[in-house]
Amino acid sequence: MGSAGRVVLVTGVSRDLGRRFARAIAADPSVDRVVGVDAVPPRGDIGDVSFVRADIRNPVIAKVIVKEDVDTVVHMSVISTPGSAGGRNTMKELNVIGTMQLLAACQKAPGLRALVVKSSTTVYGASHRDPAMFTEDMEPRRTPRAGYAKDVIEVEGYVRGFARRRPDVRVTTIRAANVVGPEVTSPLTSYFRLPVVPTVLGYDPRLQLLHERDLLDVLRHAITAEVAGTFNVAGDGMLMLSQAVRRLQRPTVPLPSFALGRVRSTLRSARIADISPELLALLTYGRGVDTSRMRTELGFEPAFTTAEAFADFAAPLPPTGGYADRLLGRMAQSLPEPAAPAAVTLERPEPSYARGVDRG
Amino acid sequence: MGDAEIIPIGTRGRPGRGTGKQPSSAARGLANGGRLAPAAKAPTKPARAAAGPTPEPEPETAAVAPAPRPAATTRDRGPMSGIPASDWLAAIQHGAREVFGEQWEPQLARFLAFLRRRVTGDYVVDEYGFDQEITERFLMATLRPIAEKWFRIEVRGAENIPAEGGALVVSNHSGTIPVDGLMTLVSIHDHTGRFLRPLGADLVFRLPFVSSLARKSGATLACSEDAERMLNAGELVGVWPEGFKGIGKPYGERYKLQRFGRGGFVAAALRTGVPIIPLSVVGAEEIYPLVGNVPALARLLGLPYLPITPFFPALGPLGLVPLPSKWLLEFGEPIRTDELDEGAADDPMLVFNVTDQVRETIQQTLYTLLMQRQSVFK
Repeated sequence: MGSAGRVVLVTGVSRDLGRRFARAIAADPSVDRVVGVDAVPPRGDIGDVSFVRADIRNPVIAKVIVKEDVDTVVHMSVISTPGSAGGRNTMKELNVIGTMQLLAACQKAPGLRALVVKSSTTVYGASHRDPAMFTEDMEPRRTPRAGYAKDVIEVEGYVRGFARRRPDVRVTTIRAANVVGPEVTSPLTSYFRLPVVPTVLGYDPRLQLLHERDLLDVLRHAITAEVAGTFNVAGDGMLMLSQAVRRLQRPTVPLPSFALGRVRSTLRSARIADISPELLALLTYGRGVDTSRMRTELGFEPAFTTAEAFADFAAPLPPTGGYADRLLGRMAQSLPEPAAPAAVTLERPEPSYARGVDRG
Repeated sequence: MGDAEIIPIGTRGRPGRGTGKQPSSAARGLANGGRLAPAAKAPTKPARAAAGPTPEPEPETAAVAPAPRPAATTRDRGPMSGIPASDWLAAIQHGAREVFGEQWEPQLARFLAFLRRRVTGDYVVDEYGFDQEITERFLMATLRPIAEKWFRIEVRGAENIPAEGGALVVSNHSGTIPVDGLMTLVSIHDHTGRFLRPLGADLVFRLPFVSSLARKSGATLACSEDAERMLNAGELVGVWPEGFKGIGKPYGERYKLQRFGRGGFVAAALRTGVPIIPLSVVGAEEIYPLVGNVPALARLLGLPYLPITPFFPALGPLGLVPLPSKWLLEFGEPIRTDELDEGAADDPMLVFNVTDQVRETIQQTLYTLLMQRQSVFK
């Protein structure tokens, strides 16, 4: 299809990940031009990206697509937090109506060849009836009735409808696991940035994470790879929430779920962290997704495992706890026998953690 | 010695008045042998009578009393004081030697390293949340004495469990609380070195504490996706197809197998081609004899049943101690499924037949074991 001379339209460039993604593909030689679209101007440097201030919620977007002769649309403006956009109503409108308008515009664009949608593994929900690992064909066991999770389900529904109506357009949906990274601001990262981390008493969920760089890479890969379909994208391996918090060296406060609701509203009104209902479900029951299709069909391999992504996220965070570790370390030092660590490594069956974090 | 000098000892039955302002009577008596006691008596009388000019005599007694008294030294007489630090060190070393043996220093260092690893989160879990280290070092170590000493579990036919590769252990379920699952877990680990990966009901993953413990010990939800995923990965999977019908049945129906679900476990085994190993557990029925149920309260709490045993809730927490019945675990001959052709799992009649075959095997083995058993507790 002569990839030289491609014009890529990226929605949601006012957000950090959208802006960085637009910049990254603008530097790609196979991409001729990148058009960034958002209702508000991006805050940072967007490099070679030409920014068009347009709200995807109104039909202007169709004109932009036709005028710029766009052949690839990357939809990144399905947002998980209202943030600066306003309240939940604005967020829903932006997510659902915005997607509808964008897809309507795409349907009318004859030159369009590819659509890449950044979705989320939140579509699978999180409940006690979940299988351990969701594959792309599985439905959520308990359909979310509100919030971001419901938005994502609706967005994916519209995308599937679009794919039926325009079979000539290659539609790739990337269901990304929770994205972490030193610069990512999301409900999960702001949760982990709390100095004292509240957890749900009696539950220890499994978390699967994706590094921000891998998210950008997989989206770029999806533009160039001629593969259509829906793909789970997540780093290898799992971290339990307790394990993650221990690696952060932050103290936890286990709270029963009803008390956590109150903490949630306090944190939200203080604008410290927004523990959304779907995040609370994740922090209670956890979620795992199967990524074999990402490897075999999409042909993408994330550079970071879950543990490495988390370590990279945790590196700039100062520990607020870790007293127990320091105490144990001092005790271990005072023991005169230094042969012990060797014995431990011999005893352990495999250097399974070798791929993980490289911190002591 | 007409009038004997009365030396007050103690507080004369009154509670001591060591308020800090004035020494208690006992203290005054000890300080100067009661010599001042009569003198001290005089000034207190006007103090009681008139409220006005009293301040002068009191400084006088205060000035007299402290002069002959030597500086009071208090010695800490707590039970822990007075033991020299070297004794402490020796005691700790002795204790460490008792716990860790002669090689206590490297042992302790290794233990500390383990603790540090836990505290810093420096361990791995698999995709189901299975934490092998904590299962081996904590769960198994806790359950092993119960299995060996309390229930005196006797395992037969452990050689029927394949040393490697996927296999499905199908067991009867009983005992009001799924203790039999835990005991199977530890028995299989001790006899074959393999970890049984139990499939649990969704209630297990809804309950706090239980859910996190279940995931850490290797359990996952009893659904065909997870079962097939684990079997394909070559795990040894355990399933209790009777479910709540089995563990919640009344004592009168003990050792009568309930319906074996819908045969989903057989379909999973057929699809993955792994052998089915029937397991019959005798003894678990008697640990908590279920004599009653409170359905209304159970519904309120969202539980399948709320048990009443002869000791629970009558004896309170003591009623939670299981009766020490003698357990027998017999693993039967593996039922092979890899010889059946491809679409076998989609043939409902075949699935039902294999389900019945497994169920009959377990039921017959239960009867045989019950015949061999001398008594419930021996």
